Amino acid sequence: MQIDDYNNAAVFSQFPVYGLNSVQKQAFLQQRLNWLTHHHAAHCPEYARLLTCIGEANSPMCNIEHIEQVPPVAARLFKDYGLKSIKDDEVFRLMRSSGTSGRQSQIYLDADSAKLQSQILVKTLQHWLGKQRRPMLIIDAKETMQNKNGMSARAAGLQGMSFFGRNHCYALDENMQLRIDEVKSFIERYHNQQIFIFGFTFIVWQQFIQALQSLGLKFNLQQAILIHGGGWKKMQQQAVDDKTFKQQINAQLGDVSVHDYYGMVEQTGTIYMQCEHGHLHCPVWSDVVVRDINSLAQLKNGQQGLLQVNSALPTSYPGHSILTEDLAVIHGEDDCPCGRLGKYFTLHGRVPNSQVRGCSDTFS
Amino acid sequence: MTEINTDKLAEAFVSALAIDAAEVNDELAYSQHPKWDSTAHMVLVAEIEAAFGIMLDTDDIIDMSSFAKAKEIVAKY
Ligand SMILES: [Zn+2]
Repeated sequence: MQIDDYNNAAVFSQFPVYGLNSVQKQAFLQQRLNWLTHHHAAHCPEYARLLTCIGEANSPMCNIEHIEQVPPVAARLFKDYGLKSIKDDEVFRLMRSSGTSGRQSQIYLDADSAKLQSQILVKTLQHWLGKQRRPMLIIDAKETMQNKNGMSARAAGLQGMSFFGRNHCYALDENMQLRIDEVKSFIERYHNQQIFIFGFTFIVWQQFIQALQSLGLKFNLQQAILIHGGGWKKMQQQAVDDKTFKQQINAQLGDVSVHDYYGMVEQTGTIYMQCEHGHLHCPVWSDVVVRDINSLAQLKNGQQGLLQVNSALPTSYPGHSILTEDLAVIHGEDDCPCGRLGKYFTLHGRVPNSQVRGCSDTFS
Repeated sequence: MTEINTDKLAEAFVSALAIDAAEVNDELAYSQHPKWDSTAHMVLVAEIEAAFGIMLDTDDIIDMSSFAKAKEIVAKY
């Protein structure tokens, strides 16, 4: 492994997902993020102006010495501006965030960045799911995928995850109601294989688990895995926490290991998976920083603040360092009891009064 | 590398991508042809698996970016 191959995606995409310690990872990410900052400053005029405004452009093209110093772009800027570092005719895919109120983020991908995102997503998920595809139960409707006006974040999530499945079964109909017969026959058919279940947290809870409960239906799955994401806002409104969610799933479905994940359309391909100890883990291609809400000063581990996400992936738009509106606590680096290297953290809701933009929160 | 039935593979492409048999050649590539998008890709995977009685893994699905690549991948099984 060559740490200085920071500019060679074919090399760094092969890095072990949770296998570099902080020193090795810093050596890779520092060079990569510097390169991305220069690249975007040269190809995205709005981004160059932004760097100038914050005085970074004068510090010889903002060469950072530590990855925490990369100037983050506020997530909302992707709603206000069509930030991209490629020409119009190079746009291969336009991704939009979902959002009930206000504007949507617009993320422009060229063919190379779309490919890199898929590769990294696959590499990350292979760590949790293995390379063999599993019978897959999707807790959503087939119709969700079929919106042709740019891909919604939910559809993109379903699409990315569907690579890991085979014999896909959609558990919900176009009205998001349980397709009980289809689900029953799917589970009967594959109950002794390792079924992969995927869905957005609130949809899994309300349209699937609660629907099964009201029907008094239980299953006895063996070594199944549920991956879910999209945010906890609506779950918190119903006072359902991670622990309750997992308990109810096991009560209803049997032996299922449940993993939350965190990710956003602005950094598609990068996902933070929740380990057995309830921690979200940075894969080798990304890193997080927590900042004070008001001063934006970097906080220590254990302190709660705004989450900044840095990613080695975005080349077609300046999204390699983003300040989110999510609150988080970093608990440590390289020393989670699960053994995975990298920083690990938990999320604690969103900044009050920020525009709501949780992924599955648009569904009610 | 074992010889594979290229006609059978081409048929899977025609049916999964809803394209003309004449359009299937080694240059046919994912994201280059408007019909070969990520949704069609999963249909294609299912067609190939059924046609050859094989089960592709996730690496194969990512690597299968052209008709030429698909021939290589199917030949592995
Ligand atoms: Zn862990």
